[in-house]
Amino acid sequence: MISCPTTMNKPSQTTQEQPWLYTISAKQNALSLNLKEIWRYRDLLMLFVKRDVVTVYKQTILGPFWYLIQPLFTALTFTLIFNNVANISTGTIPPFLFNLAGISIWNYFKTCLTGTSDTFKANEGIFSKVYFPRVILPLSLVFSNLVKFGIQLFIFVGFYVFYVVKGTAVSPNSTLVLFPVIVVLMGLLGLGLGMIISSLVTKYRDLKYLVTFGVQLLMYTSAVMYPLALMREKLPQYAWLVEYNPVAYIVEYSRYMLLSVGDFSWYGLGFTATVTFVILIVGLLIFNRTERSFIDTV
Amino acid sequence: MIILKAENISKQYRLGLVGTGTLSDDLKRWWYRVRGKEDPFLKIGDTNDRSTKGDSDYVWALQDINFEVQQGEVLGIIGKNGAGKSTLLKILSRVTAPTTGEIKTRGRIASLLEVGTGFHPELTGRENIYLNGAILGMTKAEIKEKEDEIIAFSGCERYVDTPVKRYSSGMRVRLAFAVAAFLEPDILVIDEVLAVGDAEFQKKAIGKMQDISQGEGRTVLFVSHNMESIQQLCTRAIVLKNGFITFDGEVNQAIHTYLDNDQNEKNIKGFPLILKDIKIKSFEIQNSNGDNVSSFILGMPYRFTLNLINGQTSKIINIRLQFFDTKENLITTFNTFFTNNQQLINPQEEVIATCSINKFSLGPGDYKIGIQIIDLKLMTTLFDEENFELVSVVNGDFYNSGKIPVKKNLGKVFIDTSWDFKKMESDKII
Repeated sequence: MISCPTTMNKPSQTTQEQPWLYTISAKQNALSLNLKEIWRYRDLLMLFVKRDVVTVYKQTILGPFWYLIQPLFTALTFTLIFNNVANISTGTIPPFLFNLAGISIWNYFKTCLTGTSDTFKANEGIFSKVYFPRVILPLSLVFSNLVKFGIQLFIFVGFYVFYVVKGTAVSPNSTLVLFPVIVVLMGLLGLGLGMIISSLVTKYRDLKYLVTFGVQLLMYTSAVMYPLALMREKLPQYAWLVEYNPVAYIVEYSRYMLLSVGDFSWYGLGFTATVTFVILIVGLLIFNRTERSFIDTV
Repeated sequence: MIILKAENISKQYRLGLVGTGTLSDDLKRWWYRVRGKEDPFLKIGDTNDRSTKGDSDYVWALQDINFEVQQGEVLGIIGKNGAGKSTLLKILSRVTAPTTGEIKTRGRIASLLEVGTGFHPELTGRENIYLNGAILGMTKAEIKEKEDEIIAFSGCERYVDTPVKRYSSGMRVRLAFAVAAFLEPDILVIDEVLAVGDAEFQKKAIGKMQDISQGEGRTVLFVSHNMESIQQLCTRAIVLKNGFITFDGEVNQAIHTYLDNDQNEKNIKGFPLILKDIKIKSFEIQNSNGDNVSSFILGMPYRFTLNLINGQTSKIINIRLQFFDTKENLITTFNTFFTNNQQLINPQEEVIATCSINKFSLGPGDYKIGIQIIDLKLMTTLFDEENFELVSVVNGDFYNSGKIPVKKNLGKVFIDTSWDFKKMESDKII
């Protein structure tokens, strides 16, 4: 085997020194979110999204249909329990459609939140070996869940058409143009909360348990299986629990847009957007701080 | 051009369990920071010595690391387990941040810390090439351009559209190394990847790394326990010990320093050694620079020095330096009797006996040096110790040809040989 010569070809000595490309140091500006770097890694983001979407149901017989089965059966169960047994009124809207809309949008939030809150722990293996902007992973989750949400929305549209053909009076309204805004808010809220939790969970595992049942409790205060108005009417002293919950507004408004049921106010939308952006920014800051050395504590 | 510069890098770790104590320390830290004071825990902490019991809950895995790397240089980083090598690489590859200090760089760093991270078992080989390449920092277009080369290099053509979970572990490593080998960062960080794969693939991997460093002029930082690959690849090496840099410079010397770090702990001997009517004041092995060593590089010159102080009677002494292998077989003896160097020494006289060898010619491995001192006047053995010192020999360029012998062709002993070829006239051939 040939060994390499002990003297290397000396690099040409340039008199003027090139500037440093970047610096790895102990202290870093908390606000330096390197957007340029994230853009450079955009292919990785897309590959992660593809991986998440494609691999979930590999080696299953029903394949992507699993994305549809979950919300359908949950909506069916909700309809039986909450509408038929517990008699929650959904007005003129078929309860099944009402629940399907609520569950689809709630699921999107839930998967974003639980997915991102596990970022550091679940990807410890890669994170401890290679550097790439850590925020790529939670971002990819938001996108891949968006794809799943899209598929679920598709089935919703299917049932929608079915009910229209049957002659049921359902119709969207003009605020539907804001539906993408609602979806983006939902994703960002899940992302922001998830990033805060994932950063803290690297050190304090307690939060992991909190998330599991916290998300369940949150669903009950998020107007998923009942209209917002019903809460105000039946439990006025606890209505604030729902009224201060941005997720409840998102669920309620998306139903309003799709089915013209419930109510809508610009004030509520503004409140939700503000809370979302505050949480997102706090989340990014904490995440940014944590990503630099979480591997020592995780 | 200096492509990378590390300034005062230190890294502190907390020992023990992360529990309720963590929160109180964190709060204390936060409280100090709020008041604009320095982190109180940075002042404490033990040096990183794995085998001793420390007093502090905090330990310094690295302390005040300073070095510079020139463009195109292949820098080896060697050290024992726990010396801080991996921590240094983790900081270099931005997996974790240093506690103090900073690293400045003029190029993109990509690391090859452990191949195969980020492989998804359900995806096919081809899909994983893309995913892994992107994780390592390549864009989709870059990977597409090299896809065929990567597949060819890995030698897994047949399985490339099969999920990776069906691969053998060797095939996974091949594929992963292939992806990483075609990365084109300015600075490549490699940790012990050559320990995997079969012999054929290892050879291929070393060849590829030589191409990367020599042909393409890329800067490489290479961590390994394998002194041979360090010798083959590196142009400079630094030695880490307990979180400090103990040596920075020429490769062979670095290997010496590293091996001696190890040996010195085993051979602690109190000199002078008092024997029957004679004292051994010191025994030293020196390399060509005059440094004391306790390991050898094949083909290099060495000098053995034995410093004796005689007692009351005059003697004719005969010194034998013996080399035993680990199975106690006597391999060779340097004997003053056969070279007619027996020496008369007077009472109270001090002598320094020096034995020089031009080319160390015992093959790589561990040896024991034994010392015998015999008084030929009275025919008595003054000293006989077979386990005087444990030494090791590493592979080297014995024939000064720029080539290091391959393991399987090594043998146990090297003899300086010369070859000659004579071409016969064609009409003389029958």
